[in-house]
Amino acid sequence: MKTFETIEHTADIGVRSFGATEEEAFENAAFGMFSLLADLELVSDEVEFPVIVEGEDRETLLVEWLNELLYIYESQGVILKKFHVSVLEDTRLEGSAWGGHIDPARHEIRTDIKAVTYYQLQVTRTEKGWIAEVIFDV
Amino acid sequence: MDLVEVNPYLWEIPRTGGMNVPGRIFADRQLMEKAREEKALEQVANVACLPGIVTASLAMPDIHWGYGFAIGGVAAFGMNDGVISPGGVGYDIACGVRLLRTDLLAPEIKTTIPGLVHELSRMIPAGVGRRGNMKLSPKELDDLMTGGVPWVIEQGLGRPEDVEAIEDGGVLDGADSSMVSARARERGFDQPGTLGAGNHFAEVQVVEEVFDPRAAAAFGIDKDQLCVMVHSGSRGLGHQVCTDYVKIMGPAAARAGISLPDRQLACAPISSREGREYYAAMACAVNFARCNRQVMTHLIRQSFEYVFKTPAERLGLELVYDVSHNVAKFEEHETEDGKVRLCVHRKGATRSFPAGHPDVPAGYREVGQPVIVPGDMGTASYLLKGTKESMSLSFGSTCHGAGRVMGRRAAKRMIQGHELKARLEAQGITVRAGSTRGLAEEAPEAYKDVNRVVDVCHRAGLSRKVAKLRPLGVVKG
Repeated sequence: MKTFETIEHTADIGVRSFGATEEEAFENAAFGMFSLLADLELVSDEVEFPVIVEGEDRETLLVEWLNELLYIYESQGVILKKFHVSVLEDTRLEGSAWGGHIDPARHEIRTDIKAVTYYQLQVTRTEKGWIAEVIFDV
Repeated sequence: MDLVEVNPYLWEIPRTGGMNVPGRIFADRQLMEKAREEKALEQVANVACLPGIVTASLAMPDIHWGYGFAIGGVAAFGMNDGVISPGGVGYDIACGVRLLRTDLLAPEIKTTIPGLVHELSRMIPAGVGRRGNMKLSPKELDDLMTGGVPWVIEQGLGRPEDVEAIEDGGVLDGADSSMVSARARERGFDQPGTLGAGNHFAEVQVVEEVFDPRAAAAFGIDKDQLCVMVHSGSRGLGHQVCTDYVKIMGPAAARAGISLPDRQLACAPISSREGREYYAAMACAVNFARCNRQVMTHLIRQSFEYVFKTPAERLGLELVYDVSHNVAKFEEHETEDGKVRLCVHRKGATRSFPAGHPDVPAGYREVGQPVIVPGDMGTASYLLKGTKESMSLSFGSTCHGAGRVMGRRAAKRMIQGHELKARLEAQGITVRAGSTRGLAEEAPEAYKDVNRVVDVCHRAGLSRKVAKLRPLGVVKG
């Protein structure tokens, strides 16, 4: 099953991710976001970062989850490539992300993502599973 | 969507559904064709639904699809019944442009340009998440966010007269650093004086053509003159302020009974606690952005001193002006109700105040405010002046750039970064870019024709052309 696809936007870019469960759709949205940033094949997954975020609804949780991961990327200088959402409740998400430190000689940052927006934000359930859609400000 | 051609440069979206005012887009037929292909017009209509919006939801000729507001959007709100929206300012708060003029003539120093561009790329940290050489203590960061450019100049990074050539004298009132989160501070404390990535740049340019000799003379600009243009914003600090307040304002809008056509339009009444707190934090980010460009100005002056072995003062390097094109400000405007104070949001639009306006620096007051429009790196940038008509047409606003027509992925599919670099160098443009992929995203083909955008602004009366500048060297992240 396809994990994610990009959403084309003139000035910005987005990700539409898929999952058999809602947790998996969130994990794949994170994978999609970091795939826009760098070639994840070249990145290790040796460092783990626990993540806990809160938000008023599912869509807000998705934005908060991705914003938290971007913050880890920027503040710690790591590219994240593996994600696990362990708890997804109405207003709370708990999970982990794994990645490796950026080595400017090996890792080219392809696209700078400034932030995760609420524009056309959607978390929906279909017959085949879950779909999460989000647009980034780049 | 219904669209009425009012005149060759103005289109109206009639008021329907939840719209409180009509939408008005300044564009010619060709620019309008492009805008219609995207969801930008829908976004103009969505903004028209926000409470307290005055006259119309506007878009400038460089309109394109954004998130929440369209890029190129201008919207003014009444102080008593209106709202302020972090999404209507954007993540890169006070992203803007400044122009420095030199006493050098480009044709005379042609062979020095590559070395100069190299030195600039060495001096100005650029690229994603790049840190600067200035690491501020918490107290210093407070002072910078509330004291703005005058504080930076006190630290020895600039000339006293620089503040005259910055909107608001380089410091927006109402900044309260206690409204800026710890996370925003952490992201920003070591970023003053860094360029960033994306469409941000520092360019060495030559004045190719002068359209308005009187205004150009007032701005200290003449043909063949070497200039430097810097395009950058409030970096991680501004992005975080926006992220923090969009989250707060979703529930705040619901509490105020505001129904949002798009969650990115989250907003709060200007006079509410959330509205006031956002403004106080935004003002900190506005000051941060201007200080960022000021520190880069210092680095540019140092680079010139090194390359030309001459003190910067003797090379000119005076600040022509500094504009912010993502911002919300309280301004006085004439409306149907007479002179009123409004909260004007400009999201990818530049203030364009006319001659005689008290907010135009004394030295420029007879000709109007300088408007700086960065183009794409292969074409041109423009220096314009504000007009009296813009006050009645667009709350004193005009375009902010060329405006994208091609998505970033599409640009990367079509254009190879290294080929583009070779092509630009063949045109005589020296390029120093951290990422060749990033360079491809910003290829000239990805943008509308800046000449057309600026001409439409000129004919519509939003601004008047003063001079055209051509790039000789580009530094990008």
